[in-house]
Amino acid sequence: MEIGLQHYLAVAAILFTIGVFGIFVNRKNIIVILMSIELILLAVNINLVAFSVYLGNVVGQVFAMFVLTVAAAEAAVGLAILVTFFRNRGDIAVDDASMMKG
Amino acid sequence: MSLIPGLAVAYPELILAIGALALLVWGAFAPKTYILVGWAAVAVLIGAAVMAATQPFGRAFAGGLVFDAGAAFAKVAIYVASAICIPLGQRWFQRRGVINFEFPILILIAALGMGMMASSGDLISLYVGVELHSLALYVLAAMHRDNARASEAGLKYFVLGALSSGLLLYGASLIYGFAGSVVFSDIAVAVKGGAHVGVLFGLIFLICGLAFKVSAAPFHMWTPDVYEGAPTPVVAFFAAAPKLAAMVLFARVLGQGFAGAVPQWQQVLVTIGLISIAVGAFAGLAQKNLKRLWAYSSIANIGYALLGLASGDAQGVQAMLMFMILYMVDVTGFFACLAALSRQGRSMETIDDMAGLIKEQPGIALAMTAFSLSALGLPPFSGFWAKFYVFKAAIHAGLAPAAVAGLVGSVVAAFYYLRLIKVMWFDAGVGATDKPPFEARFIGVALGLFTFPVVWVALHWLDPLAATAAHAFGLV
Repeated sequence: MEIGLQHYLAVAAILFTIGVFGIFVNRKNIIVILMSIELILLAVNINLVAFSVYLGNVVGQVFAMFVLTVAAAEAAVGLAILVTFFRNRGDIAVDDASMMKG
Repeated sequence: MSLIPGLAVAYPELILAIGALALLVWGAFAPKTYILVGWAAVAVLIGAAVMAATQPFGRAFAGGLVFDAGAAFAKVAIYVASAICIPLGQRWFQRRGVINFEFPILILIAALGMGMMASSGDLISLYVGVELHSLALYVLAAMHRDNARASEAGLKYFVLGALSSGLLLYGASLIYGFAGSVVFSDIAVAVKGGAHVGVLFGLIFLICGLAFKVSAAPFHMWTPDVYEGAPTPVVAFFAAAPKLAAMVLFARVLGQGFAGAVPQWQQVLVTIGLISIAVGAFAGLAQKNLKRLWAYSSIANIGYALLGLASGDAQGVQAMLMFMILYMVDVTGFFACLAALSRQGRSMETIDDMAGLIKEQPGIALAMTAFSLSALGLPPFSGFWAKFYVFKAAIHAGLAPAAVAGLVGSVVAAFYYLRLIKVMWFDAGVGATDKPPFEARFIGVALGLFTFPVVWVALHWLDPLAATAAHAFGLV
């Protein structure tokens, strides 16, 4: 069987779905949420590179580079905010982030 | 294409980027002069606004950066709205013993990202602009870092913001794949005469991601928590300029990239807009905290702006721009007043705290009354004109039922604005409010004067400017 564009798109769609579910279903740890976000961005990168090769157009790969860079910055900011949260609360369980409701 | 003409289009961005980096070095070496850093940041923002108002139009970086009448209009508004929040925030943090020079620099970086959003011409600059402003906003929300609520607000904002960026990006990758290009003008060619289902699928993801950023229902769940937890001057900042930037980005993607698919996105925007109006009006009724209340009010108001944009013509875009400008005045002014108020060093944030305010702080209470009546849409105030533009555009585009539903939502929301006014004017107060800081009071009262008498003059030049700007978005 030859592996074509639709196979890559299917893998990316599955990864994307796992990432989104990881954010909403996970009730334990905020680090897992950060991992899910990375998963979503990587799914997008698979999409972009697959399309880029399929279209014979390099812009998709350039876009993927931008996404990688921004993902690194995003993880840095996310972890920094997580550190301040941990300092104030002493825990990073998802259920703890519930001072404000309504 | 040579680089130098390209750079000329990006002068406002260059001023902001270089200004932010220079001030960062200054602040790092002389942290005691942080008040001066703030005023220097205000000067940088004003310089960028003047540049955006005067420089010639053009495109650069292979269509990635577009500078036209729409971008100029949005950029001036964004930079001015950002500049207002710097003195407001610095005094607020100073009174609470938090000394930081990063606050104005983060605002500069956010303004840089928002300017890029307003003038993005392809999906890559769209994504980079959105991320640049979002990353700065996440940090700003958690800026008051000894405060548990602020760091929780920052964390929630980060998680849901990152999710929305993921949705937006997934949509962008599908649009790129099925339309064959990331540049909006090329996408418009591919969409002309019927869009591929893959492109439409991508467009829906993109709209969902942007709806998160403007906090439209059903993607609004982060808004009340973030508004409640974040420092008040920061809320004054991110309830105004980022919303305008995201709405302009909405208009740019839909107008320049998807003008051929108006019927498809029109129904999505009308649905999102009406849900936002309903959620904002009904959920706001139960709120006791004023910051939460105005979060729901902002959800409802974004619904009206989306309704204007949903008209799918230049008149609709003009209505959206006018609405956002006039709404920005209301919301910045209201949060400036809230930032000015404290009772024995404690922030006053609930409706009950406002009891009898008219006797203690008549200027601020009058300004807050003006902002509430304006957000409600009562005739002499600016909010009336904002809603007038939106409903006129919606009816013109054949969306009369949606306009009527919007009007009903506005009547429901009237309850909570009027309740606030009743508490301020007629309930007995406890007294002992602190003397408000000069900056916050000045901003609050000046913007309050804008909502009533000044707006009647300002409309005469805002209206043609918004009309010219609206024609730049490719919708006729």
